[in-house]
Amino acid sequence: MAMQSRRTAGVALAALVVVAGLALAQGSAVDEIAKYREALQDGNPAELWELRGEEMWTVPRGPRQVAFTRCDLGLGPGVVKGAYARLPRYFDDAKRVQDLESRLVFCMVSQQGYTPAEATKVTFGDGAARRSDLEALTAYVVGQSRGVTMDVALDHPRTREMYALGEKMFYYRGGTHDFACATCHGEDARRIRLQELPNLTTIEGAQKAYTTWPAYRVSQGELRTMEWRLYDCFRQQRFPELAYDSDAAIALTTFLARNANGAAYAGPAIKR
Amino acid sequence: MLRALPGYAAAAALLLGCATVPSDAELRAKAAAVLRVSFNARGQAGLDRLEQDETQRACSEYAPKPPPAEVASRIEEQNLASIRYPADGKLTGDWKNGERIAQEGRGKQFSDDPAGPVGANCYACHRLSGTELSYGTIGPPLYQFGKLRGFTEDTRRYAYGKVFNAQAYAACSSMPRFGHKGILSEQQIKDVVALLMDPQSPVNQ
Amino acid sequence: MADPMKIRASLVGDSTEVKVLMNHEMETGQRKDAQGKVIPAWFIQNVTATFNGRTVLAAQWGPAVAKNPFLAFKFKGGAKGEKVQIAWTDNRGDKRTDEATIA
Repeated sequence: MAMQSRRTAGVALAALVVVAGLALAQGSAVDEIAKYREALQDGNPAELWELRGEEMWTVPRGPRQVAFTRCDLGLGPGVVKGAYARLPRYFDDAKRVQDLESRLVFCMVSQQGYTPAEATKVTFGDGAARRSDLEALTAYVVGQSRGVTMDVALDHPRTREMYALGEKMFYYRGGTHDFACATCHGEDARRIRLQELPNLTTIEGAQKAYTTWPAYRVSQGELRTMEWRLYDCFRQQRFPELAYDSDAAIALTTFLARNANGAAYAGPAIKR
Repeated sequence: MLRALPGYAAAAALLLGCATVPSDAELRAKAAAVLRVSFNARGQAGLDRLEQDETQRACSEYAPKPPPAEVASRIEEQNLASIRYPADGKLTGDWKNGERIAQEGRGKQFSDDPAGPVGANCYACHRLSGTELSYGTIGPPLYQFGKLRGFTEDTRRYAYGKVFNAQAYAACSSMPRFGHKGILSEQQIKDVVALLMDPQSPVNQ
Repeated sequence: MADPMKIRASLVGDSTEVKVLMNHEMETGQRKDAQGKVIPAWFIQNVTATFNGRTVLAAQWGPAVAKNPFLAFKFKGGAKGEKVQIAWTDNRGDKRTDEATIA
């Protein structure tokens, strides 16, 4: 019988820190944290979000009572298998490059009849009282690309431009602290405190990071999406609040997703 | 939480009409314009934080490469001129407070209480005291900073200037300009300098 | 009404391996909200697993178990195509029963 426990997890992490201190070998702490993650992989609560999203997918929703089975994620109406591995992309009907979360909002607004405000009322959930349909739907859709090779095409000029803009934003320094994405994610083998940071300017770094988001965050007890990841990075960068479904979020996602091309998608993952 | 869906209107308009390959400068201008319509002011973090000063603009322009030598020296000159040393001539405060400031990660985020503590979060990037094992590696290790360099007035002055404005000494350094940007008060910078330079500080054990 | 569990059951040799994910807040009663008010305890207290009308696992849980708990166990016996039921009750009296077919 195995149980995950907040306390056990906390004790385990604390123990790892002590071990690292005795050996004075920081590399081993990183290895041990990787083992901790691996142990959590069996029984990833992200599956509960996938399950909820899957149930939502086929149910008629909104003022017009239309199901997501009419929603085209790029591979045809209702086709979910492998769709996430090819996003973001340009959509003719939206006249815009969209990531998965933008596309879900688009379908909720244009097909199901919700207002944009209704569709994005709860973007990031907070416990049983404030759950996010978008997180559940995202978990379900990305889970249907597990094992699929990332293949984001820049064949459309608008997608190409979004990639180029995302790259510029990645290096855009601003705010009180002069931080850019690149401040933390532009070099190999760097850490904030004991948290190792992926170098998102390399293919390997982008692949490892992008293919493991969205993820269940054990410390929050919530499933978090790529839009959340960017939102919370900018919060820590001391920037204002990144708007959900904004072109900056989509541009940065295009930059990262394309750099991850060639890797097998592995989400939703589980992280500390 | 969400106050605007800029993607639906404004930004889409900005992206129209680009049949030719844009120049690097056009691309940067467009990226800045898209950023402006992609954020909402929240708490203490207003949209003004997206507006770059000259240093931020120059450093972003050449990234990931370092800026050309003449640009780098202009950045360093300008930032050097911004440094204000304490009027009382005392460069060090209390290293115990300095340690608290070095450990404190809060401050200036939209989620932080504007009346709450503002730290320097030094340990996020640097090794400082020999006993704190949870330290980052974005910046160089500063363990035994004073002991290795000598407990001299010149080193204290350098440390104060570096914390006040790191880019006076290294253009486009990743380190925040704590004094220049008003993140830390004069007393807080003195305390952090004490953490680095006091012979009793755990950094120098 | 609580959300469904995700249950997987598979026959390995002469035993059945069961893995269960439960959807539950598992609030400890020790935490405070942003206003400083204690968030009341809310957690699963009893878990039972049943196969062919026989209880193969009974557990008493407390607030130390994580949010969205994962439970894995084995029992002797079982056969492909037969069903395993999992049931829990929490300290508010809410309950949930789900079943899975052994694969």
